Amino acid sequence: MIAYYTPSSDKDHGTPAVHSDVLVTVTIDGVDIAVPEGTSVLRAAALAGINIPKLCASDNLEAFGSCRLCAVQVEGRRGTPAACTTPTEQGMKISTQTAKLATLRRNIMELYISDHPLDCLTCPANGDCELQDMAGVVGLREVRYGFDGENHLLEGKDQSNPYFSFDASKCIVCSRCVRACSEVQGTFALTVDGRGFDSKIAPGSSADFMSSECVSCGACVQACPTATLMEKTIIDAGQPDHSIVTTCAYCGVGCSFKAEMKGDQLVRMTPYKKGAANQGHSCVKGRFAFGYATHKDRIRHPMIRDSIEQPWREVSWEEALGFAADKIKGIQQRYGRNSVGGITSSRCTNEETYLVQKLIRAGFGNNNTDTCARVCHSPTGYGLKATMGESAGTQSFDSVMQADVIVVIGANPTDAHPVFGSQLRRRLRQGAQLIVIDPRRIDLLDTPHTAHALHLPLQPGTNVALINALAHVVVTEGLEARDFIAARCADDSYQQWRAFISDPIHAPEHVVDQTSVDPTAVREAARQYALAPNGAIYYGLGVTEHSQGSTMVMGIANLAMATGNIGREGVGVNPLRGQNNVQGSCDMGSFPHELPGYQHVSDDLARRRFEAAWGVELDNEPGLRIPNMFDAALAGHFKGLYVQGEDIAQSDPNTQHVESALRALDCLIVQDIFLNETAKFAHVLLPGSTFLEKNGTFTNAERRINRVRKVMPPLAGLEDWQVTCALSKALGYPMHYEHPSDIMAEIASLTPSFHGVSYEKLEQQGSIQWPCNERSPNGTPVMHTEDFPIGLGRFAITRFVATEERSSRRFPLLLTTGRILSQYNVGAQTRRTKNQQWHEEDLLDIHPSDAQLRGVKDGDWLGIQSRAGQTVLRARITSRIQPGVVYTTFHHPFSGANVITTDNSDWATNCPEYKVTAVQVEKVSQPSLWQQQAQDFDKQQQALKRQRARVSEV
Amino acid sequence: MTEREAISDIIDAHRHLEGSLLPILHAVQDRFGYLPPNSNRLIADALRVSEADVHGVISFYHYFRQRPPGKHAVSVCRAEACQAQGCRQLEAHIKTRLGIDFHDVTDDGQFSLEPVYCLGNCATGPTVRVNNTIYGRMSAEKVDRLFERLAVDTVRLLS
Repeated sequence: MIAYYTPSSDKDHGTPAVHSDVLVTVTIDGVDIAVPEGTSVLRAAALAGINIPKLCASDNLEAFGSCRLCAVQVEGRRGTPAACTTPTEQGMKISTQTAKLATLRRNIMELYISDHPLDCLTCPANGDCELQDMAGVVGLREVRYGFDGENHLLEGKDQSNPYFSFDASKCIVCSRCVRACSEVQGTFALTVDGRGFDSKIAPGSSADFMSSECVSCGACVQACPTATLMEKTIIDAGQPDHSIVTTCAYCGVGCSFKAEMKGDQLVRMTPYKKGAANQGHSCVKGRFAFGYATHKDRIRHPMIRDSIEQPWREVSWEEALGFAADKIKGIQQRYGRNSVGGITSSRCTNEETYLVQKLIRAGFGNNNTDTCARVCHSPTGYGLKATMGESAGTQSFDSVMQADVIVVIGANPTDAHPVFGSQLRRRLRQGAQLIVIDPRRIDLLDTPHTAHALHLPLQPGTNVALINALAHVVVTEGLEARDFIAARCADDSYQQWRAFISDPIHAPEHVVDQTSVDPTAVREAARQYALAPNGAIYYGLGVTEHSQGSTMVMGIANLAMATGNIGREGVGVNPLRGQNNVQGSCDMGSFPHELPGYQHVSDDLARRRFEAAWGVELDNEPGLRIPNMFDAALAGHFKGLYVQGEDIAQSDPNTQHVESALRALDCLIVQDIFLNETAKFAHVLLPGSTFLEKNGTFTNAERRINRVRKVMPPLAGLEDWQVTCALSKALGYPMHYEHPSDIMAEIASLTPSFHGVSYEKLEQQGSIQWPCNERSPNGTPVMHTEDFPIGLGRFAITRFVATEERSSRRFPLLLTTGRILSQYNVGAQTRRTKNQQWHEEDLLDIHPSDAQLRGVKDGDWLGIQSRAGQTVLRARITSRIQPGVVYTTFHHPFSGANVITTDNSDWATNCPEYKVTAVQVEKVSQPSLWQQQAQDFDKQQQALKRQRARVSEV
Repeated sequence: MTEREAISDIIDAHRHLEGSLLPILHAVQDRFGYLPPNSNRLIADALRVSEADVHGVISFYHYFRQRPPGKHAVSVCRAEACQAQGCRQLEAHIKTRLGIDFHDVTDDGQFSLEPVYCLGNCATGPTVRVNNTIYGRMSAEKVDRLFERLAVDTVRLLS
């Protein structure tokens, strides 16, 4: 059964909240109300429960005063000021309903309606139209002007955007869309074209929305009070009948959305105002790209086969799980207990992840569990734990609004974490200084209406040299926060580190040979960060996915501790997590060496607690990591793998190596919503459920545990956690849970940082940031305020060791990889949505000088060769990257970006070095051999899926 | 010097000014007679604003042209004093004579037509301006003669 969770009031108060310690009392229509000084009359009235008519005002936008509908009368003052732009003053007496105001408002509405189509009954906004509501509120009864004069009734529609239409004939030019694009999203793609009667909303000078700077975040559509900007799903389906608040399943921002439903059909995803992570904002993925959930490619029935050359057989859940369990047991009998393992998913819920690792540890009887965090943020876990004692970011997203200097390292928030990117841009517009450390010129550097930012365009692979140089400047120029260090950090580690980092080999002028970054700029950046009242560091996979990923994370922690930028709002070390639940999957004990809550498997006390709860004896030795599993499979002693919701064949480095390992398995069990690249090598395919089809929780990059609520039944009948339970039962280790809340109760009982977490508290608070326990019963927005979990912070020695992957005569260019806004990771979801229209293929970005050297033109086919493999992509010439560096994305399976990436990895965690691969590039005329083979294999596997014996026929 | 370089030079010469967008737009139009299509992007990038921001300002002011004007840019004053002297009839005559409406350019690229509101020549209306020259007390006949002369001049210059 689906329990409806109807959001509590998300009433629009007209203008944004104002923060002030001074309260002023005003009387509105005889009602006294005290509000913070600076609050508008409109908002004060709304807070007092008095609704003043409005059209151009919204509480996520600054007051604008253009519609004049909110006119009020103030005792002792002349005229009828707009309530939205009039601040309250002590003792003000305001009337919102008088005969004069009624006439005025009716006249204003009459003017609006004299140039507005009267097709309300057939209008897509019918039932959700503020213009219609206001016409009703003011009692409009006639339009004396008629409709024959000059008007906009025949303006055309712009249908270019795949998700929303722009119908200019319905526009009242209130500018809410223009302001939402500017103030909320920060793109400034919209403007008012012309003036006076000719004014119309336009996407700049572009012909239409699609060819403009618009990033399709949906803020304008949400802001529009009429049917002018309208979701195409609503135009097609009509208004929703109920909504359920849930959490987006794309990136690590973890936006809250209202899933707006008609019965079990999802018709719209609207960002939820009370969502603490996104505060009512969204991006093109979460807002619009949900069509994959009902795509025809979804797997609807369990399927099995004995070898990957055979057609699939659709079977019952029981048969599929029995088949899988027999295979696993058979393999363990023949090859030993450690010959099988599993991979948990960072896309699934905390509860599901917890169950998969529990199944492996308790059901399989070994610690061969790992997760995709291995290939993204495992160095974060390692590096932050070693220095500050906890494997997580230190702040809330909101903390950025108090940062004065913001350092972004190896991250591209406007594409990969767009909603946080918008918040960051808002802070930059307020005047915060930005420092970007990245080989590429990312869009954040060109944020409209901000001051020039400092860009340190380093050579790929030289992060550690650069962070050491920054720390060297801080130490040698006496910019350390001595009090903080003395009070909060271990003196021995500090003294050692200080001696190490003071060595002139770390001076910016010395490391320029490696980093190619102007030493003056490095010194300037260090000074700005160290001297700022609040300096905050945000980083992404450009930090972790290196052979020295863990070293770099520790270098960042060193710098933050040395400058005292830890333990309060506005500062901190903030890893921007890639996947919706990568923080959660790490917290839930997915790693081979750690039980839930980062408790080491060799910690007897912790392990015994789990043994008691789970009723089994647990292995005290860490199990295999993902790359070890591949190596063991190729060596012949790892034979069975259970993969939930992760596409290792596309996402892991050195594809050909991964594929050979998968082929070497006797039994590969894949649980996924699609026949992904990995599933093509599988023997058992268990249908997964999307985030819309299950209950649970996700934990975002700010450690925020958010509820995922089921809005429609699972396509194949079972939620993912139920499948794991059933598999476990088939293996002879039954688990007993009625609901994911039972699983969370078990997690809370076994994990100190989750002791206080429960579904009841999540319902009350909306979300909880862990640690949530006896010490902080409501959760912890900012970490390390008093001390570190390890007591004193520990500085780490971060010696720069250049990667072995460097440019040579044979491979003169360095390839680095990243993502773009419209596609998500391996693209399994977004490629099955209209987001394809923005990014149909992965391209290779190459600098004009490198292109000229090779005679390459825009759009040419380029062969890219590394020591691991070869692939072919089309060229895009751009000076956004430096000479000597090429860049691509990995959203499409046949692009083969990971055919080229090598098996180099982080020394501490084996996180692959995706960000640096030495390559050569040359013009070619056909796809690479791997691409041809991959496409043939895909054809074969799709055919085997089509030829499947149906469950009804078996 | 390419168009792009010329625009960049103009931007560099003005960007230090407070509120430099309008002076830059004026200077670019003075140089090219209109605002070439790629000037929006160049100006937006240099001033750290969006392309739409620049477009919004340009489209707000009728003075800014987004297409090249005719060789002879004709403006007819429509302000009150000139209206009192019959400029509406003159305006209709000019439109017929040139075969274009306001904001258009003749097919041969010779003439473009814009309305203007007061050229400060109220005592001697109706007033017409061609490029930078102002003509007072205009009538249909005078306008015809003026346009003929301008057209002939062009032919002579070309031959």
